[in-house]
Amino acid sequence: MNATISFDSVLHVVLALVGVAVFVGLNGLLLVYAERKVAGFIQRRPGPYEVGPQGILQAVADALKLIGKQLVRPDRADPLLFWMAPVLAFFPVLLLFLPLPFSPLLTGWDVNLGLLLILAFAGFNVLALLLAGWGSNNKYGLLGAARAVAQSVAYEIPLLLAVLAIAFQEGTLSLSSIVATQGSMPWQWNIAVQPLAFLIFLISALGETNRAPFDLPEAESELTAGFHTEYSGMGFGMFFLAEYANMIVACSVCTVLFLGGWKGPFLDGAWWFLAKVYALLLAMMWFRWTFPRVRFDQLLNLNWRWLLPLGVLNLLATAFVMKL
Amino acid sequence: MHSADTLRSRPTSCPAASADGGCADDQIAGDGYTCRFERGARPESLILNMGPQHPSTHGVLRVLLELDGEYIVRAEPVLGYLHRMHEKMAEVKNPAQFMPNMGRVDYLHALAWNWAYVGAVEKLAGIEIPERAEYLRVITCELNRISSHLLWWGAYLLDLGAFTPIMYAFDDREMLLDLLQLMTGSRLTYSSFRFGGVYTDASPAFVQGVRQFVPHLRSRLPMYTALVTENIILRRRIEEVGVIPPDMVTRYGASGPVARGSGIAYDVRRAEPYSVYDRFDYEIPTRAEQCSMARYMVRMAEIEQSLRIIEQAIDSLPEGEHMHPKAPKPSFKLPAGESYFAVEGARGKIGVWIASDGGKTPYRVKLRAPGFSNLALFAECARGTLLADAVAILGSLDMVIPEIDR
Repeated sequence: MNATISFDSVLHVVLALVGVAVFVGLNGLLLVYAERKVAGFIQRRPGPYEVGPQGILQAVADALKLIGKQLVRPDRADPLLFWMAPVLAFFPVLLLFLPLPFSPLLTGWDVNLGLLLILAFAGFNVLALLLAGWGSNNKYGLLGAARAVAQSVAYEIPLLLAVLAIAFQEGTLSLSSIVATQGSMPWQWNIAVQPLAFLIFLISALGETNRAPFDLPEAESELTAGFHTEYSGMGFGMFFLAEYANMIVACSVCTVLFLGGWKGPFLDGAWWFLAKVYALLLAMMWFRWTFPRVRFDQLLNLNWRWLLPLGVLNLLATAFVMKL
Repeated sequence: MHSADTLRSRPTSCPAASADGGCADDQIAGDGYTCRFERGARPESLILNMGPQHPSTHGVLRVLLELDGEYIVRAEPVLGYLHRMHEKMAEVKNPAQFMPNMGRVDYLHALAWNWAYVGAVEKLAGIEIPERAEYLRVITCELNRISSHLLWWGAYLLDLGAFTPIMYAFDDREMLLDLLQLMTGSRLTYSSFRFGGVYTDASPAFVQGVRQFVPHLRSRLPMYTALVTENIILRRRIEEVGVIPPDMVTRYGASGPVARGSGIAYDVRRAEPYSVYDRFDYEIPTRAEQCSMARYMVRMAEIEQSLRIIEQAIDSLPEGEHMHPKAPKPSFKLPAGESYFAVEGARGKIGVWIASDGGKTPYRVKLRAPGFSNLALFAECARGTLLADAVAILGSLDMVIPEIDR
């Protein structure tokens, strides 16, 4: 990284942030629509089809509804913590998009510690969930927040172990270098070398983003809505958008680390990156509409008994092979 | 007395706390009922009010929970949010006027309640029923049982966090409702049984529809098993959760799939045979595991057994009247005396007891709802389990709150 920070590089980052905000907003709309259509397809019903042709404006209608709704803060909830939580859930996610290499030319901020930056800022999410549950003076919220913290802290470790295996192998934390070292063909991607790390990463990413079957912090049949029980309007909307943004980040990192990023058998470019990200997102939606929810002790057992030991073994094996 | 101020300051309106001049415990302060729910020995426990508006209490059940972390120290179901005085209404209406109420006691297995009441009246008044009507009652009641079990299946998986099965269940249930609509004229709150028969005769369309439906549902059941029952997450969630030993079943008087899931082969259709059930070849599914999965498997097996009964009944459906020619007019008077009639509902033993003093209306009617006894064991069964397990246990009891409150 360049030690001197020039006006140009600051401008570049600001422009990138604006671009990312637009990208996240548009993708939020797209994913809401996709999720509902996928759910409809899996459940053998049409899904949204009233608002606009084939219901493509449904997400816009949803967004307008959320913006138009009154923001309600429960009596005796802490106003500062209560309103800080949704903001804190959403805005740090935008930073996570900065180091993502969409293509060799389309990278917000090609920093050589990109992976570390993402892992560090992803930790903000759990703080936001904790504040939301704690600040809303609601017992369901509190239980949801407690679950969120235990789950996030637990699943960060195998996630890190899986990422470290790739970092060891590539000898770099720069995301664009990691992509550059992978080949164009699927068997030249890291997934072929590190299938176990890929599996651990994918499962941990589901846990980190609170997606079904690990959506325990908001398990609606147990905790009504968990940490966001008391949020209305855009308070809820921010959490919602943050969840989708986190999903995109998790899938993007997965694409970069394991699936060769922007590279494909022909015509390398951002479209390959996006296609892989959306394929992973679709898989996540598929899981959500297919599986029941696990119980909390099972969730943690899966992590401590399986993912963590396997992650450590994988890392040791990687280190051993690298040394040879 | 109740100005806006006194209502707002909840602690002072708490009767249990008035002695020391205010409810010191902010958690327990609530409505009058919660105030009497005393905190247990552990001061750090959390009192959680689950319901009456909660996604997994199926209607308006309220469960007061004392939690230690997410472990349940104590659970107490609170009833009465849907009490509609059905038993009192029975005392001021003649039997024919009271019939529609029976479709609304348990809206998911309305025809079993129809049958229990009609049976008790027929027994008391000595009314005969033509054979064809008996068969039609069996067919419609078993169809209704399947629709109840299908709905339970979907809703239970919704409780466990799987969103999709209920859509598939409703798909099949829709066909059942169409069939029952042909026969009874309504889709949910049926009241088509009459004293001395059934209201309408089976049309050829109905008979043909039933013949088509039986193989259709049979072909769907393996898919349900493969997609849902064998899912590892589901099995881990409900196997060995909510173990109900047989002695607990007898102590609380539980019946239906709850009893049969604990290995007690009690089914009113076998134990106290009524109507023409003794003519059909079917099994009473039981499981020895005693857990939520056992109750799940019992209900899934019951769907298959009901299909067997329907198949045999539709094949041997006798010709004849659907109403007995000597069936009484709707305004008939019940003779003095009392009678009791029990049938097997989707949730267990449904009993109706009628006492009459010879007047226009019965003197007293007592409705025995299986859900009430089944729910009663929840408090004991849920102790020491996790909050998520409590949802799994509550769902496995298959409650219909209107039936429990009556």
